[in-house]
Order: sequence, then C-alpha cells, then structure tokens
Amino acid sequence: MFFSISLYIALLVFGLGLIYKISSWFRYSVGAADIPVSRRVAAAIKGILSTLFSPKIVTLIKVLVLDVVVQQKILRQDKMRWVMHMCIYLAFMLLLLMHALEQYISANLFSDYYSTVNPFMFLRDLFGVIVLVGAGVAIYRRFILKPPRLKTNSMDHYAIIIVAVIMVSGILLEGAKIISHSRFQSMVEEYGDLDDEDEIAALESFWVAEYGVVSPNVKAPFDEDVLAQGRETHEAACADCHTNPRWAFTGYAAGKILSPMALSLDKIGFSDILWYIHFLACFIGLAYLPFSKMFHIITSPLSLMVNGVMAKGGSDPANIATRQVMELDACTHCCTCSLNCSAGAFYSHFSNENILPSEKMASVKALISGKNLSEKQIREIQEGVYVCTNCKRCTVVCPVGINLQDLWFNVRETLLRKGQPEPFTLSQLSYYRGSRKEEIAAAAYLDPLNRARQAIVGRHELKKRKDDVLAMSGIDKGFRDRLNLSDQANTFAVCFGCETCTSVCPVVANYDNPAEELDLLPHQVMHSCALGMKSLAIGSNMLWDCLTCYRCQEQCPQGVCITDVFYELKNEAVRVAIGKGV
Amino acid sequence: MKFALFLGCNIPARVGQYESSARAVLKKLDVDLVDIAEFNCCGYPVRNIDNDAFVLASARNLALAAKQGLDMVCLCKCCFGSMKKAAFLLKEDPLLRDKVNGQLVKEGLTYEKEIGVRHFLSVLYHDVGLDNIKEKVQRPFTDLKIAAHYGCHALRPSKITQFDDPVNPTIFDKLVEATGAKSVDWSLRLDCCGAPLLGMNDKLSMDLTEKKLASGKQAGAAFLCTACPYCQMQFDSVQKMISKTRGTNHELPPVIYTQLLGLSMGIDQALLGLDMNQIRLDGLNGFLSNGKKN
Repeated sequence: MFFSISLYIALLVFGLGLIYKISSWFRYSVGAADIPVSRRVAAAIKGILSTLFSPKIVTLIKVLVLDVVVQQKILRQDKMRWVMHMCIYLAFMLLLLMHALEQYISANLFSDYYSTVNPFMFLRDLFGVIVLVGAGVAIYRRFILKPPRLKTNSMDHYAIIIVAVIMVSGILLEGAKIISHSRFQSMVEEYGDLDDEDEIAALESFWVAEYGVVSPNVKAPFDEDVLAQGRETHEAACADCHTNPRWAFTGYAAGKILSPMALSLDKIGFSDILWYIHFLACFIGLAYLPFSKMFHIITSPLSLMVNGVMAKGGSDPANIATRQVMELDACTHCCTCSLNCSAGAFYSHFSNENILPSEKMASVKALISGKNLSEKQIREIQEGVYVCTNCKRCTVVCPVGINLQDLWFNVRETLLRKGQPEPFTLSQLSYYRGSRKEEIAAAAYLDPLNRARQAIVGRHELKKRKDDVLAMSGIDKGFRDRLNLSDQANTFAVCFGCETCTSVCPVVANYDNPAEELDLLPHQVMHSCALGMKSLAIGSNMLWDCLTCYRCQEQCPQGVCITDVFYELKNEAVRVAIGKGV
Repeated sequence: MKFALFLGCNIPARVGQYESSARAVLKKLDVDLVDIAEFNCCGYPVRNIDNDAFVLASARNLALAAKQGLDMVCLCKCCFGSMKKAAFLLKEDPLLRDKVNGQLVKEGLTYEKEIGVRHFLSVLYHDVGLDNIKEKVQRPFTDLKIAAHYGCHALRPSKITQFDDPVNPTIFDKLVEATGAKSVDWSLRLDCCGAPLLGMNDKLSMDLTEKKLASGKQAGAAFLCTACPYCQMQFDSVQKMISKTRGTNHELPPVIYTQLLGLSMGIDQALLGLDMNQIRLDGLNGFLSNGKKN
C-alpha cells in the first residue's frame, strides 16, 4: 500500500515536472527573439514531423547509435570517462529493465523468470557492481584526481549520492534477506508446503550450512544425515526457484559481514528498513529527475539528435529559440567544455567562474528563468560571457552536442541590453560580435560600445574642457612612476615632440579633424604622461582607436614604446572605470 | 624539422582552410607538426584590458610546448606577436614570471625554459628555404600579380618579433614569387588590415581595410595574399560586408599564402579549402601553368 502510494506520488511529481520543464523550453528564451509560445510549439511539431518523414531520419538513427548509445564523443575525449559513464548508464539501464520493471519486462520475456534463479540472480549483482565501479571512478575523478577547471557542484553530489544509495541499499537488502531467518520461514510457508517439523528443521540446517541463513534454532556443525535429508527436501521444494545465493555475490558478501548481528537485525526488521530505503531512494530519484542533473537521461539524447539535424542558417528561428532553452537542461555539467576552453587561462586570472562554459550554463539558466540576480551577479555573468574567444571548442567537444557558441552569442546580446557597461567590448574579443553584426539591430549593436566608451573615457575632465589651453592642474606625481610595465618604462620621458608617431599613424591619417575625433594625438599622449597628467593620458579616445599596429613605436627616433604605453594606459583606464585604479 | 603547431582560436572556428592547407603544404616540405590539445588563447584579445591576463595565457602555451621540448610555429600573426611579446616580458621581469608561475604550477606547469616562437612564413623562409620550396612547385603561376600583405603583428615591434626588416621587408614577397607569381609593390603594403578595431569601431576599421584594398588594386594586383587569420577574415568576409553595406566593390579577393603555394605545388584543391573562402577565387586557377619551365 505504502509502496503503491509512494510510487504513484513519485510518478505524478515526475510527470508534472516533465511537463513543467518541457513547457519552459517554449516559454523561456535565451535571445531577444520574441516569438509567441503557440508559434514555437507549432514550429516544433512541424519540425519534428518533417524530420521524421525525410531523409534526415538516417542522420537521426546514426546519431542515436553513435552518439547516444556508443557515446563516441565521450570516448574521443577521455577513455576513463567513457568507461565510467558506460558502466553507470548501461548497467543501470539493464537493472532498470531486468530488475526494477521485472513484472513488466523480464516476466513477460522469460517464462521461467524468477529473481532468485540464475542467470537473473547473478546478473542483478553483476550489474550492480558495474554501476558501483562507474560511480567509484566518478568519485575518484571528481574528488581525488580533480583536474583544474573541473567544477563539482551540488547537483553532481546529488547524482553520485542517489546512485550510490540505490545500489548500496540494494546490496545490503539482498544480504539482509539472505541471512534472515524470518525470511526463510516465510519462504517455507509460502512455497514449501511442508508439515513435518523434522523435515523443516533438516531443511533449515541445510540452508544454514549452504545458503547462509543464520538461525536461532540450529547451528553448525550438522549431522551428515540431517544435511542429506535437508538437501533432499531442498531439491524437492526449493531448488527449482532458488539458486544458491553465493551467486548473488555482493549480497552474499554483505550477508556474511552482517551475519554476526543477524539475529538482532532480523528482530528489528532490518531487511524491511532497507527495503523502504531502497525503493524510496528509487522513487525520490524518479520524482526529482526532471529537476536534477539526471534529467540529461532524456534531454541529452534529444539535444544530440536535434543538433544533428538542425543545420545552421536553415532552421526556423522559433525552433532555434526552443532548442537553446532545451540545451540548458541537456547540460550534464561534465565540464568537458571547461577543460577544453581556450579562455580557461583567463579564468585563473580573473577568478570569475562564469568564464568557464560549464559554469556559465548554470548562470544562464538562472538568468533566463527570471531569477532575481543582483547587479554584481549580472555583471559577472556578462564578463564571463564576454571573455570568450569564440573558438568553438566547447561546441565541438560537448558530449551532448550543445551548440554553446551560439548560446553565448545570444546571451551576450541579452546581457549587453541590460545596460551595464562592459569594458571587454573595447577589446579584440569584440571581433566576432563585429563579424556577426548583421544579426544584431543597429542601435543594439552600437549602444554597448558607446556605453563602455562613456564609462571609460567619458569620465575624464578632458572631454568637458572647452578652452584651448590646458591648466596644469590635475598632475599626479606618482603616475609617471607607476607606468613601469616592462621595457617601455619611462620611455615617454625622452619624447622630444617630433611628431613622427602622429604623422605615421594610419588612424590619425584617416581623419580630416583627428584632434576632434581622437581627443589627443599620439605625441600628445606621450607628452601628457611625461607631465604626469593622468586624466589626460588615460582619458583620450586615441587609446581605444589605436590599431596596435606598432608603426609609431617602430619609427620613433627616440625609442619611445608608444603602442606599449598605450596598452598600459588602457589597462589603467579600465581599472579606474571599474573602481580598481590607483 | 618538428614544431608544435599553434592554431589559436580563429583558425579552427572560422578559417579552417588555413589549417588544412598549411598542414598539406608543410607535409610536402617535410616539416613535422605536433598538436598540443591543451593550448589556449594566446592572450592577444585581452591585452587592451589586462596585461597580466594576456601574459598568463601566453606563458601557459609556451610552458606546454617547452614541456615537450618543442619550438612553436604560429599561423596567426597576432598569436605570434603576442607570444613573442609575452616571452620577452617574462624574460625581463622576474616578478611577473613568478606571479605567472604561481598560477601555472596549479596545473603542474612552469615557465622556465625559453622556446623558439616562429611564424609560419619565417619557418618557410629560413628553415625550409626558397630553393626547397621552388623544387616542390610543380605548376608555377604565370602573369599573376599578387599584393603581399605583411601584417603588423609579425613585423612590428621588430626588436621583439625579429621577423624581417620592419622598413623594407622582403620575406613574404620572395615566398610569393617562389610560386611563380609576381609580388607587386604597393604603397600601403605595410599598413594594418583594420581587423584590430572591428567590433570596436567598425567605421574606422572598414575605412582602413578599404584603403588597403584600393592601394593593392591600384598597383595592379589580381589577388591579395595573407598569412594570418585576422587579416584573411578582414579582407574576406569583412570585404564582403563592405561591398554589401557601403556599396564599394574593390574586387580584390584575398588568398591565404598556403592556398597559393599549395595550388602551385599541385595539392588537391579540396585540401586547400578554396571553397571555404567567402569571396570566390574563381580566376586563380587560370594563372597556373601546365608544368615547370626548365
């Protein structure tokens, strides 16, 4: 009764969770695309049907075999991880089909199915051990080997714990049942059809000697005759339906360990307690599945297949929007992306976890589901999404086929529209955004760039001055000495104002009125540094319109490292803008 | 001859034809390449914002190659220039080196041993040699005029990159001419392609790209030749964007040097990825001769 009720509750929660999750794929959106839910549902149905009845079905089957069943993408990445995942996933599936759903599957497939006879008895233990080996490798990898950038979060803990609880409780339950005397008695009553007290005592002796039962009535050593009689009864009444539990090798071993306490355990109904733990753990796993990492059992194959058939450029934007939200649920937090991330080195410098793609996934999920995030959190996600070289490695290596790079592209725009200035927009990381500008509305494209300039350049007084002659105020005496990066240290001090830098600069040459566009010309920036006028030096547009082509530096007769000084000034200007300047 | 191949971020994602053609050409020239999967970004794109982050990223790559005792060959000039710069900074600044090593050690790496950082063109010119290249050219181009684009970050600052004479470089011209093509003299040949500002100041970036294209065209070039993914993307997809949005059509398609050399070596065109270029290279094959003139 309790079993059925809890099963139905678990199924109900699982079903509702599934509906809730799937509906979120259509309700939420990673990008700006404001497509009505009804249109997205219709597009999805149309897309699925038109794929199923087209030659693309071949691709779908190929993906299903190679990527979903064989999991070649994991194999290519890391053999140990492949073995780990195969152990857990294949053996767990087999346990689910053969053992958990025995009355629906095994019993129908095999007319002589009994969980207590071989090969089923042995296989159940074998599969259990294989799952545990996989879980052991997972624990070893995440907690002992601990490669840098492999992050372990609460979801990963939960996944390992729930699998371990199900497996260990199952093994202990089996062990407790093997040694249980009351269990023996009830089997005799149920299946034995025996009346003779002596006969039952003989059988009991035989089971104590051979089958591991611990009895309060009989104890070894046994009389040979009694054992022979017990064996006879056993073969007549039990053997057909019960293999020697030694075949259930893990349960038998657990039983051996527990046997000194067997009688007291039996008295308190230990096997019943374990039975509750075992099935409740399974039901909790089932009910919580749509909300946990384990949801990937459903979403990962989906992501692999959908990405296998959705061509870039050719797909309905409505379906792309839906796919991108679904992909967030398909992430297993395996961290393959982060281990391969080309910007990974920046993570160790900026210590912003959102730079790592695996961690960005979770933040993006929170972001698009409308969770209340602080300004600081949003700022960190924005920086994390921007500090990405768009090298596509994450997308290429993702074992579940998520198109992360496109996800980042959309999230980047969504975040930039929120209005916080992003200094990294004024770096070469923007090249990719610029190359895809046709996909962004003109105003939405320029706004973030203007905002960043305003935050970094616009704050300096230079912009507000109307007079031609600058007052010698605002001299920062320490500024000159702090510009000490590398070999250019103080080279600006020897500038004699020949203006070669300015005259060879292709940026200066591009304007009819360079001083107006660029604020200060290169030689003027050098001069400001020499004077210690920090606000002037770091506050001019020239720095951010510099190509870094190094022509000025190469041609300077005095060896002033102009471009390198520019780099240093830019770094300082950013530090000042984010409140970390000196 | 053996090098660790440094691809950087743009080539695998957007200029795959550069990788496949470079591998094919280097195979013919008996240069062995080792791939190091753990390589990361060279740090160039964050130099505007944070110098230390840039040096750390470069240093990690240098340490990875040094661990295998290999020199590095870069296909990208910005990667090349950045890693040269980082190696220079690490050498002259022990405090910075300690700071960087403090991070690297977490992954079992250290930056100690200096390694050679080379650009692909430099390896061809100095290590393989023009004679060896010419020997492998089966179908030299005839009557083909090429505008060789040097690319800033390999050339300058010359004190650090040590690529070629910064005022009058010749390596690239000689390599282009090894294929039988004529390398034209053009006024803006040492100027920037404009790529470093794309995404930050598109107008300025495209202005400079247009000037270069016009200059190459004026010198009579039929194609512009690059050896850097940024330059290539700028002259390829951005030139296409310029034609579309500004209505100016310079009709000077860029070809990557490895594609040009590969064609003259008779390497399979699919391997050279000619179809992956955004602006079609239709006329290029027509300049190939039928065989070597002896």
